[in-house]
Amino acid sequence: MSKLETDPALQAAEALAEPPTLVVPAHESLWRVFLAQFVSSKLAVFGFILLLACVVLAVFAPWIAPQNPFDIGTLDIMDSKMPPGSTNMDGTITYWLGTDGQARDIFSAILYGLRISLFVGFVSVSVAFLIGAAVGLVSAYFGGRIDALLMRIVDIQLSFPSILVALILLAVLGKGIDKVIYALIAVQWAYFARAARGAAIVERNREYVEAARCMSLSWHRILWRHVFPNCIPPLMVIATIDLAHAIALEATLSFLGVGVPVTEPSLGMLISNGFEFLMSGNYWISFFPGIALALVVIAINLVGDHLRDILNPRNEI
Amino acid sequence: MLSAIVRRLLQTLLVVLVMSALVFAGLYLVGDPVLMLASPEATDAERELVRQSLGLDLPLWQQYFIFLGKAIHLDFGNSFLTGESAMRLILERMPATLELATLAMFLSLAIGVPLGVYAGLRPNSVGARGIMTGSVLGFSLPNFWVGLMLIMLFAVMLGWLPAGGRGPVESYGPLDLSVFNWEGLKSLLLPACTIATAKCALIIRVTRAATRECLPQDYIKFARAKGLREQRVLGIHLLKNILIPIVTIGGLEYGQVFAFAVVTETVFSWPGMGKLLIDSIITLDRPVVVAYLMLTVVFLATLNLLVDIAYTVLDPRVRLEAPA
Repeated sequence: MSKLETDPALQAAEALAEPPTLVVPAHESLWRVFLAQFVSSKLAVFGFILLLACVVLAVFAPWIAPQNPFDIGTLDIMDSKMPPGSTNMDGTITYWLGTDGQARDIFSAILYGLRISLFVGFVSVSVAFLIGAAVGLVSAYFGGRIDALLMRIVDIQLSFPSILVALILLAVLGKGIDKVIYALIAVQWAYFARAARGAAIVERNREYVEAARCMSLSWHRILWRHVFPNCIPPLMVIATIDLAHAIALEATLSFLGVGVPVTEPSLGMLISNGFEFLMSGNYWISFFPGIALALVVIAINLVGDHLRDILNPRNEI
Repeated sequence: MLSAIVRRLLQTLLVVLVMSALVFAGLYLVGDPVLMLASPEATDAERELVRQSLGLDLPLWQQYFIFLGKAIHLDFGNSFLTGESAMRLILERMPATLELATLAMFLSLAIGVPLGVYAGLRPNSVGARGIMTGSVLGFSLPNFWVGLMLIMLFAVMLGWLPAGGRGPVESYGPLDLSVFNWEGLKSLLLPACTIATAKCALIIRVTRAATRECLPQDYIKFARAKGLREQRVLGIHLLKNILIPIVTIGGLEYGQVFAFAVVTETVFSWPGMGKLLIDSIITLDRPVVVAYLMLTVVFLATLNLLVDIAYTVLDPRVRLEAPA
């Protein structure tokens, strides 16, 4: 294997076998084409900026938030359930979005919640992406029995609603951020597997794969270095839309009380905390985290919807 | 045709069997029910006795077959909480979920199909773009969020509709339904709309795609060339053909609504099967969870089969044939 990889003639041949998207000059212009297509939709650009803003707010939450909502010492119980725009006793903090039942500043809580929600979403989608892509590529490349078996599993899993699968897994695993991530990976990998298989079946019969095979490259090298890069565009579409799905699902699970623990509230948990106060008119405790959640999910979907138009014109629905 | 149905039936059975094994493994083997049932002060010998009385000392496959044998008789044991038969608990709650899911599906079809056809007929109009963007919101927003906003608007701020619970029920044969009286319908409306928001968005997208696919076809052109009225071209020629994907998606989604009702029912404290599932998961009431899961597996598998059969009836070109 190592001898094969150091052989210069082979490397040159492999570069030829490499799809044109990876050759540097063409690569650059393809990026430019992609960018030009992407900015053609104002809605998608708006979504992208919104998403970027959310990510920045989440990452820098400790520096932006006026209060650390998890530091019990800084909370003053006198300030609980304050309406939006009120200030605390000393006038040092203005609660722009009000406070909750434990005197937590809603704005700060949202920033920290956003952090957890986005973290759970990104991690679970990344892992599901890799697992799903691996399964899908292997399934498409080898075909036959392996393909039939793997796709049967995927079909069975996809015929059950993701919320139900996640609920049951969490019922077995228990609470916790890590467990929510496992559950989300378990419900999402199948989407990637199916998309990767679909893309790889088309690529499998292309000349560059044949060329790579003629050079007796190992199957994992062909799949990973040659086929996989060409399957990325449709998978990126799925990944974007799945990110929104994952964040929404995590929020739902936390809302139902089987997701993240109380000590690390995500947006869904914040909404759930405020739900009991909704009826008594303290709407802001649920409402603002709800708006934050909606903005994130909508932003990602606007980007994803447009990406699908650019990268995957076959798919109409 | 018949042999194809039998083959699909066997496949469905296999899926149900596999799922039952998974449910069994997932819920019966994780954790030790003896620790939960026996008192904490019990000695090891007493625990062993409980274990034997529950049949937990038998080999795994034997336990599974006992579980399966009872499952065929719809016997999933009694609820840890109330002591009632788990299956009966679920069946008691079923009509509530049934009417919720049915009304939600009806609403989403009644709204989604016309909007989807419109968006497909005039894909570049402002209205169509608005509908499509709206549909992105519809299925990207989490269900419980939509429910929450509806409660805030219609129950808390306007006070038009109740925020939760189920209205008075009336008996119709074996079913106790609340949908046919005004008070009951009022309680049903918000949860049904919550579910319908997401499903409607999907129906719109499917209908639009199907409409755009059908419109350039020759038979539509021919119908127009014959001078048929536009209503007839759309209402008969177009609608019949776009019905195929709509029935498929609609049928599958109806099954999903049953499961997704978990979230909506919790938000609106709707006393259906979904709320029961969440409560049972939180109180670790295993028999109820297992019974619910097995019921859902059978239900969804049967629904998939029925949709496949309906597909062949609607579209004579499709045959349930064995893969070559």
